[in-house]
Amino acid sequence: MHGLANPARFLRLARWLTPLLLGAGIVLAGGAMAWGVLVAPADELQGETVRIVYLHVPTAWLGMGGWTALALASLSELVWRHPLAGIAARAIALPGAVFAAVCLVTGSIWGRPAWGTWWVWDGRLTSMLVLLFLYLAYLALADAAQRDGGGASRIPAIFGLVGAVNIPIIHYSVLWWNSLHQPPSITMGKSAMAPEFLVPLLFSTLGFSCLFGAVVLMRMRALLADSQAEARLRRKAQIA
Amino acid sequence: MQHEALNQWHFVVAAYAVGLGGTIALIVQSWLAMCRAERRREGTRGK
Repeated sequence: MHGLANPARFLRLARWLTPLLLGAGIVLAGGAMAWGVLVAPADELQGETVRIVYLHVPTAWLGMGGWTALALASLSELVWRHPLAGIAARAIALPGAVFAAVCLVTGSIWGRPAWGTWWVWDGRLTSMLVLLFLYLAYLALADAAQRDGGGASRIPAIFGLVGAVNIPIIHYSVLWWNSLHQPPSITMGKSAMAPEFLVPLLFSTLGFSCLFGAVVLMRMRALLADSQAEARLRRKAQIA
Repeated sequence: MQHEALNQWHFVVAAYAVGLGGTIALIVQSWLAMCRAERRREGTRGK
């Protein structure tokens, strides 16, 4: 990990990894969704609406996984002063927010035919909505810290760490409280799903994870390039 | 009692429109931001 602390080394790696992840993500996620919508069978109970699972579950996983990665990057920034950790955390925030929002909207659309309602204030839905608000607050804090200079960057990092308390709450909410939302269908090494649903779901999750990785790399490259351009302009202004 | 004729495919199409629209917009915006920032960095190199 510390080998990547060097921005030049990171950029060399990111230049070939970005198109690779983007291409793999488009092929895997596109193929898996086409498979899920056009080939996979309808569910006995939920009918055609079960096809929303191939979009809803990957975005839920990435919304939660995104904040976990953001918290780890924040920890790395605070403890080891890893120079790219703050940039990684900032780069994760927007895709994490977009996927959390997509998860909420697709879940709501799925809830209408499945539960008879667009929304209920139960533990799972509410904690996921809180995650979206945490992402938005992080984006605002990181933007303010950027404008105020590097010294304030510890505040978003602390916020990123504290916000991680919501991740186990989201995960266990369906077990701790009564919920219309079903309990986890896939746990470590076990699945309650039939293979004809599970296989396209796994490919879709892998594909969306590649897309998420590609977007994070693009945003990290943009943030790095911006800060390098700013540093050059400042240096030249001092010389002039 | 009100009877609603729910066409399940409408919900599937709506969910995919939102999901794919959001994902594509995110990828395009991130790509453009990256290209713009890297062009700006190259622009400051020779100045």
